[in-house]
Amino acid sequence: MAKKIIATTSLAGCFGCHMSILDIDERILDLIELVEFNKSPIDDIKTFTKECDIGIIEGGCCNDENVHTLLEFRKHCKTLVVIGECAMMGGLPSMRNTIPLKECLDEAYLNGPTVADCNPQKIIPNDPDIPKILNRVYPCHEIVKIDVFLPGCPPRADLIWDALVALVTGAELKLPYTTFKFD
Amino acid sequence: MDKIVTAVIKKYGGDETRLMDILIDIQDELGCLSHETTAHIAKALGIPQVDVEQTISFYHFFAREPRGKFTVYLNDSVVAEFCGRAAVQAAFEAAAGCQFGAVSRDGVIGLFHTACIGMSDQEPAALINGQVFTKLTPARAQELVAGMRAGQTLEELKGKKYGDGENANPRVRALVENHIRRRGVMVFDAYQPGAALRKVVTMSSGEIIAMVKAASVRGRGGAGFPTGMKWEFARKAPGDVKYIFCNADEGEPGTFKDRVILTEHPQLVFEGMAIAGYAVGARHGILYVRNEYRYLRAYLEHVLAEMREKTLLGAIIAGKAGFHFDIKLQFGAGAYVCGEESALIESAEGKRGEPRDRPPFPVEKGYLQKPTVVNNVETLCSVVKVLLHGAEWYNRLGTEESKGTKVLSVSGDCERPGIYEVAWGFSVNDILKMAGAHATQAVQVGGPSGSCIGPAEFGRVLAYEDLATGGSLIIIGQQRDLLKDVVLNFTKFFRDESCGSCVPCRALTGMAQIVVERIIAGHGSAQDVANLQAWAAIRKRNRCGLGQTALNPIVTTIRNFRPLYDARLYKGDERFEPGFDLAAAVKDYEAAVASA
Repeated sequence: MAKKIIATTSLAGCFGCHMSILDIDERILDLIELVEFNKSPIDDIKTFTKECDIGIIEGGCCNDENVHTLLEFRKHCKTLVVIGECAMMGGLPSMRNTIPLKECLDEAYLNGPTVADCNPQKIIPNDPDIPKILNRVYPCHEIVKIDVFLPGCPPRADLIWDALVALVTGAELKLPYTTFKFD
Repeated sequence: MDKIVTAVIKKYGGDETRLMDILIDIQDELGCLSHETTAHIAKALGIPQVDVEQTISFYHFFAREPRGKFTVYLNDSVVAEFCGRAAVQAAFEAAAGCQFGAVSRDGVIGLFHTACIGMSDQEPAALINGQVFTKLTPARAQELVAGMRAGQTLEELKGKKYGDGENANPRVRALVENHIRRRGVMVFDAYQPGAALRKVVTMSSGEIIAMVKAASVRGRGGAGFPTGMKWEFARKAPGDVKYIFCNADEGEPGTFKDRVILTEHPQLVFEGMAIAGYAVGARHGILYVRNEYRYLRAYLEHVLAEMREKTLLGAIIAGKAGFHFDIKLQFGAGAYVCGEESALIESAEGKRGEPRDRPPFPVEKGYLQKPTVVNNVETLCSVVKVLLHGAEWYNRLGTEESKGTKVLSVSGDCERPGIYEVAWGFSVNDILKMAGAHATQAVQVGGPSGSCIGPAEFGRVLAYEDLATGGSLIIIGQQRDLLKDVVLNFTKFFRDESCGSCVPCRALTGMAQIVVERIIAGHGSAQDVANLQAWAAIRKRNRCGLGQTALNPIVTTIRNFRPLYDARLYKGDERFEPGFDLAAAVKDYEAAVASA
């Protein structure tokens, strides 16, 4: 059987979900028997070089680069999996969603106590090379169709492992209650 | 402020269970219930301030900040929209110089939305400082705003052309019309006040209950529980103090029958309550009336006083020693869920109108934990007639499982909206014909919590065994966009009115609205429709009827009008969400950068 090809990315996340992927410990050796990684921070492949079977997304979208990356993933991956609260619901970054963007930017770059004195020209970063901030943080499913949602902050390594094995082998995913019981 | 609060609280004997009355009266005096006022009320009643706060925050007619010298609550129900509400709203906004949800800068006019105010046969309608203004037009809205600014009184704003029947009574003076299109024998025919009571006192309570049971009277609020059985449970419940409630909190959009019954035949309702009291062994009756009908207050109080004078209420009723029964009015403050009997009881106790867990049922532990019967307005009217004319007479009307008559509130796209009292067993087609409806696309039977049916089902009959209904029929013409004009409106209504106690209700009403909006915008997928159907199964986990029926507008239209959904589904590549617009999403950033 040909190895399944996996891509991963972290958008508006903290890389905690990727840490949780690594948390599968020595099982990563079993994993690479089953799969081949393409675009991912794990192998540092920056752009898609192959069509992938599974795309794993951490984090929601807070800027236009996140959106472009997410769209690329949707184009190149047969099955798209979001992992963690931020990708599913917006998570911590979306706490800004109740505040107008202008107010957030003003506080961050113009009026905040730590910046008031060091930005005399009152510039909000605007270099064309940096991504544009979105009006709010979007969960991934508001931008592309998501096939699988793995909840958690971060999702437990066991959940990620079980889900990956199920996706790769086509076996049914068993979800014992304890896997996603958080309190 | 202090004096007013103290005086009102004194009027109600410092009784915290009268908090609704206290808040209503204080708001009447002060215009709103500020945090300062609330603190004072709590202190005077000796209860935590949060208890007062939570009651205030539950009801949308309670205001935390001033809502204008004149507060306009314009109904935003489906039928109001059919009748041109949008133009009236625009006219109000233009003339007042403020948007809905705000008060004009001079503080004279506050504009607010409200759910159905029970005037579906004469929309668009609004409440202005508690008075009803019907059949509004943009020109009339301008005239009203000008009048308010010119310092006219409410009476001057209303003019002198009052509605028909008792609407023109000097204690009512309402612009409301009754529109009684068809009179039946149970509610709307001639009757001699007191005749039933005088007969009742010759019978034992067991005989009365037996008669009501023999007639198989069922509750007219919608659920159809056998009335005699309810009374028997309450009679057998241990305890000396028991209560009879009459539920006149008709909040189901499109329903207005109780308003007309209370306008034309309040004695009949009160007599029914007294009979219930006699049968159950209760001395206290409470008529819980929705706040929207508070314009009837002086009139209803007067009718009660008259009945006391004639010894049809009070002590030794109809000459029967030991038969004591009196009735007080309890007004709500704007919450649909209070039509649910246990929520209604909570509200009458001065609390948030959240439904209780059952059991225990109200007949065991109801108002103030005492055995309580809650009956619909129309049910009590039927009971009076049963006792006058006998169970056999009653059973001659209607169908096998649905005896007697039903008062229907008919509204929407038809020539003759109004009140129709018909024997159970009429088909939807019969009603459409009577009401003068042509080119009908759909009929919403039983309000938003009922079902939306298409022409294929217009042959079905109104009865518990087929189409059960609390009495509202909204006729939807072919010119309407069923999803946008009706389903979305109802879905928003349930979201607004959910008390928030059960997660499947609180969350699902919000999620459903988002998905319906997606579909209407042309962004929905077949999966969205499947999701709506799948989610609907969870609603049965909700505690009360509101949560259990909140997705009915969606579920019944998917079932009966599936092509309307399919036609709007997104036909492009479903992997990409068509509703997301990157250019729009970065606009705020670009503007912020440009202005810095």
